[in-house]
Amino acid sequence: MLDELSKMPIARRRRLGSRWGLGAVLLALTAWLFWTVVTSPNLDWAVIGSYLFSEPILSGVGVTLLLTVLTLLFGLLLGMLLALMRQSDNPVLSAAYAGYVWFFRGTPLLVQLVFWFNLALLFPRIGIGIPGTSLGWYGEANTLITPFVAALFGLALHEAAYMAEIIRGGFLAIPRGQVDAALMIGMTPGQASRRIVVPQAIRVILPALGNQFILILKGTSMVSVIGGGDLLTRAQQIYGQNYQVIALLLVASLWYLALVSLASIGQHYLERGLR
Amino acid sequence: MKGAVSVRGLHKSYGSTPVLRGIDLDVSPGEVVCFLGPSGGGKSTLLRCIAHLETVDAGLVAVDGELVGYEPKDGRLFESSPKRLAMTRRKMGMVFQQFNLFAHLSALENVMLGPVTVLRRDRNEVARRARDLLGRVGLAAHADKRPAQLSGGQQQRVAIARALAMDPSVLLFDEPTSALDPELVGEVLGVMRDLAGQGMTMLVVTHEVGFAQEVGDTVVFLHGGVVEERGPAQQVLRSPSSERTAAFLARVL
Repeated sequence: MLDELSKMPIARRRRLGSRWGLGAVLLALTAWLFWTVVTSPNLDWAVIGSYLFSEPILSGVGVTLLLTVLTLLFGLLLGMLLALMRQSDNPVLSAAYAGYVWFFRGTPLLVQLVFWFNLALLFPRIGIGIPGTSLGWYGEANTLITPFVAALFGLALHEAAYMAEIIRGGFLAIPRGQVDAALMIGMTPGQASRRIVVPQAIRVILPALGNQFILILKGTSMVSVIGGGDLLTRAQQIYGQNYQVIALLLVASLWYLALVSLASIGQHYLERGLR
Repeated sequence: MKGAVSVRGLHKSYGSTPVLRGIDLDVSPGEVVCFLGPSGGGKSTLLRCIAHLETVDAGLVAVDGELVGYEPKDGRLFESSPKRLAMTRRKMGMVFQQFNLFAHLSALENVMLGPVTVLRRDRNEVARRARDLLGRVGLAAHADKRPAQLSGGQQQRVAIARALAMDPSVLLFDEPTSALDPELVGEVLGVMRDLAGQGMTMLVVTHEVGFAQEVGDTVVFLHGGVVEERGPAQQVLRSPSSERTAAFLARVL
């Protein structure tokens, strides 16, 4: 029977038609939406153009980038420390890890930012010194905790909790046999970690790190609630005066989109280079 | 003494389950010892304890007359520092069931890593020697490939070259062919046969009774964490004196 049937031509199911139809409808809808926004009489493109590269906006972009890079850096360092604590045999250290992740992942970033900004209410004077002596250095919390410092504390401590879990996952992905093999060519455990485990773990966590970078970049906009001086803070300050709310939100969004696009491209090449 | 291995009174438990219950063993330089026995008999654990990849509950191991993992001082034994232990481990090369090649490095880099980072030898010289070694295991053409691009048999031969690059006194093989497709077993056993012919001291945990018979000088039959029988390979495999050995051989042959 198959011999006979195999001579028959096969009529493929037609999918193309409906696919084109659906695509066209979606395209038309998007175009229409875009057009109504762009041509809206209430949206002043001249305003957007004049603010896009204005001094306050550019300084906001600078602060956003600085906050993003510093948050990633401190988050990564603290996260690595936390991940090492988790791996340790010491039950106190691994409990401290669990407590840290539980607290900083369990409370909203917005709450943490406002908390750090208002630290002076809890500790009017802060500093470091040796208890029981007059040695040390102290200062007024109100002058030490600027909006930028509060923003950095809030973002980095929050980020570290996520980084720790990402790094832990990276280490878990490397089989124990890799360490055995490294030890058996005469490496010390430290060498095995540095030369064998860490380079492989980095490749595992890199996609997640790129994702975190983008999340932090946009997450920095939350520091506008404490006047952190970032991109959104600046945009809000401007529209607070001229009431061009939508125009300035668009200015900010264009910058966020541009920065995220750049980050995505960078991530792509970094991952390709490490492969 | 290069190539001598001694084991005395080795005990090892995982939790409350004893795996090794008093192992004594002497291997002379150039000897090929094959460890046979049922799963759970302690063969792999013994090899890992000799390499000090597992800490032992009691007992001592010496390679080339040097204690592994401990140092005698003032009438007591002190645990070696990680650095000291790493130095002692250079005397041993190990080949694993799952190959354990460094996944982020090429075959050549896998072979070069030990001599370059641990022995701090000249990179160019090491590279030349590594290519020689890869040639010896028949992989000269695959030097620049990553482990993932190689077959299991090829990976295991790279692993053997990697172990040889450190000029070990002893090679430990932990079921080197158990993870291989049947048609790839021969190429790995061939390399091991060559090594035995060149006088390498080898401790081989294996299920390949044919290899033990052909290449092994001594067969050690492990059962329940003790040496059930040991003797010249031909004798143990042809006319075992222990009933358990006989029963095991009847099952696998």
